[in-house]
Amino acid sequence: MKISENINESGSTVDMLINMGPQHPSTHGVFRLVLQLDGELIVDAEPHIGYLHRGSEKLCETESYSQVVTLFDRLDYVANLNSELAYCMAVEKLLELQIPDRAWYIRTILCELNRISSHMLFYGVYGLDVGAMTPVLYGFRERERIQSLFEQVTGARMMHNYIRIGGVKEDTPPEFNGNLHTVVLELEKAIEECDELLTQNEAFLARTKNISCLTIEDAIDFGVTGPILRSTGLVEDVRISEPYGIYDRFDFGIPIGSTGDCWDRYYIRMQEMRESLSIIKQAIKQMEPGEVQAKMRRIVRPPKGECFVRTESPRGDLGVFLVSDGSQNPYRVKVRAPSFANLQAIKHMLEGVYVADAVVILGSLDIVLGEVDR
Amino acid sequence: MTWEAIGWYVIGAFGLFIFLSITVMFLTWIERKFLARIQQRMGPMRVGPHGTLQPIADVIKLITKEDILPSWTDKPIYWLAPLAIFIPAIAIWVTIPFSETLVLQNLDLGLLYIAAISVLSVLGLVMAGWGSANKYSMLGGLRAVGQLISYEIPFIMAILGVAILSQSLSLIDIVNDQSAIANIIVQPLGFLIFLAAGLAELGRTPFDIHHAESEVVGGPFVEYSGAHWAIIQLAEYVNTFAIAALIAILFLGGWSWPSMPFTGITNDFLSLVWFLIKIYAVILLIFWIRGTFPRLRIDQLMSFGWKVLVPVSFINIVFTAIIRFYNLHWSILTVISLISIGIIFYLIYKTPQKSRKKDSIRIISAKDAVNNPPKNYGDINVR
Repeated sequence: MKISENINESGSTVDMLINMGPQHPSTHGVFRLVLQLDGELIVDAEPHIGYLHRGSEKLCETESYSQVVTLFDRLDYVANLNSELAYCMAVEKLLELQIPDRAWYIRTILCELNRISSHMLFYGVYGLDVGAMTPVLYGFRERERIQSLFEQVTGARMMHNYIRIGGVKEDTPPEFNGNLHTVVLELEKAIEECDELLTQNEAFLARTKNISCLTIEDAIDFGVTGPILRSTGLVEDVRISEPYGIYDRFDFGIPIGSTGDCWDRYYIRMQEMRESLSIIKQAIKQMEPGEVQAKMRRIVRPPKGECFVRTESPRGDLGVFLVSDGSQNPYRVKVRAPSFANLQAIKHMLEGVYVADAVVILGSLDIVLGEVDR
Repeated sequence: MTWEAIGWYVIGAFGLFIFLSITVMFLTWIERKFLARIQQRMGPMRVGPHGTLQPIADVIKLITKEDILPSWTDKPIYWLAPLAIFIPAIAIWVTIPFSETLVLQNLDLGLLYIAAISVLSVLGLVMAGWGSANKYSMLGGLRAVGQLISYEIPFIMAILGVAILSQSLSLIDIVNDQSAIANIIVQPLGFLIFLAAGLAELGRTPFDIHHAESEVVGGPFVEYSGAHWAIIQLAEYVNTFAIAALIAILFLGGWSWPSMPFTGITNDFLSLVWFLIKIYAVILLIFWIRGTFPRLRIDQLMSFGWKVLVPVSFINIVFTAIIRFYNLHWSILTVISLISIGIIFYLIYKTPQKSRKKDSIRIISAKDAVNNPPKNYGDINVR
């Protein structure tokens, strides 16, 4: 390293520019952050995205309506089913389809399970971000249980292509109910275990409490949604503010934070897992056998028009804007990705914090680059 | 000094080096297995029964690996840095005894020597950080220095407390002095200070700040590969073993406490085993901490070092000196130590986070939220 690089003509030191990512272990994918450092303090941060841009939205226009589902699998690759659901709901809204009850119950159970598995991944990598190496293995152990359950139902571990326009691909296999029951019981124990391992750890509290407190006003200005918005103290969850599907039939809680710091964001996700489990348990009780696919024509051809649907994905408010020109392919698909909106706040959050905090803050946003770049 | 004596020193140093290398290989295996148990996985299983030969495979891999020299490096500094880390790590062992006789050279100022030499390895970290021409390495090297100035004073003060108790700086004298009662019982406070400062010195969790993987991606060692990286790792584990041995000697009574009813060669052998058991117990404690704790931030370590460890180690020394000067019973010091530990933990528990409990999160029932939205829902000023 050249000394001259860090000292200007008058002999005083200058800020160091440091490139965090796209190849950095804790940028959660190919995300690049250019940090301007004064020693350990961040003076300025410039996020760069686009390293995972695949042109998904444009690709959607070249596929027929039912083929687009597979593209949505690849947006939020940690919570695939939630992305599939958002798209299918948009097409169904254009078609004005009535979805059978059982299909909705299956969708809800799987999506809530996917929310848990996504939050479990968050739990693990957040542990890594603050420097604890054990949580990630506990998180992945739980994720694995859910993943193998998905495999039984959908046939795939990640890119399920299971939620289809008008319902789901097929009914659940006969052993599903028993397996789901054991998974729910195991998850209940596991969430408590994970909670004990990290939540009240003194060093963890020191690293996350009162770090990057976000106010309600700022959060709304940045369009932040999901757990990060709720951590500021605002009650906003699409499942209750604009209930979709059958969410109005369940009694569940919404965890709300008060300070909007990293710890609140973390703990809201832990609580959300518990609430998701309670939704799943209620859904198992209410579910009855029946059709899983609505009666519809084979080739999906929605009438001319446009629609926008909102769903609550694990990361926040996932919206799909769909324009149909009456042909077999969608005319335009716009995804309102929660990770993208949440990531916008990072520049604001990183002002004047330590380098080590940058990692924790980025981790607390829980971004998925597949969704940010699309 | 005769040629014969020099020859024995050379053989002794060589033997020590071989012993340490084998120990380190064994330590890496223990660490991986032990962490694996904590994390509910198997650890290395493929090479040899239960992966016991894994360290050998690792060494062969590292030695035969290409040694990459990035352009822009400050070459002499870059190549010398691993040695600057490694030599102090080995040099400490010159005066660490395994038993009354099994020591390369017992120094009367052994503790002073150890305190002085152990600081030197930080020089190697800074050299590696600077020489690598990598900004992450640079940050890591600077962090190592920042860490040094905050843990070194409590580290030496904790040693001083022991020296005051034993009235000697020679390690063998200190061990023999504990044959009746170990220092950990007399000075629990000093033990905790030494453990915390020792962890910081080793750069192990929760103080692994200078090579934090999630922030500075391995710190000063980012650019090293192959044999040089192997040497750095060797030094890290030798240091871990040294700190564990020091804790066993200074606070756990080494081989002499509790004294065993054997004589002659049996006694020698069993006390050596007893000493090694103590060392490995401390090492497992260090690994256990690594498996469960997150990492602190550099400023938190510094404030912990200056605001907690330094004043507390002063208290430790002052009370030890008073007890020693007036020849009071050692149990008074134990009580004082325990009371101070209680006060410290209470203060740590109270100060940093006012709203530490889970009450900052409340759960609102969905039905309630729909029927009567919360008050703050409407009156938010959107700019």
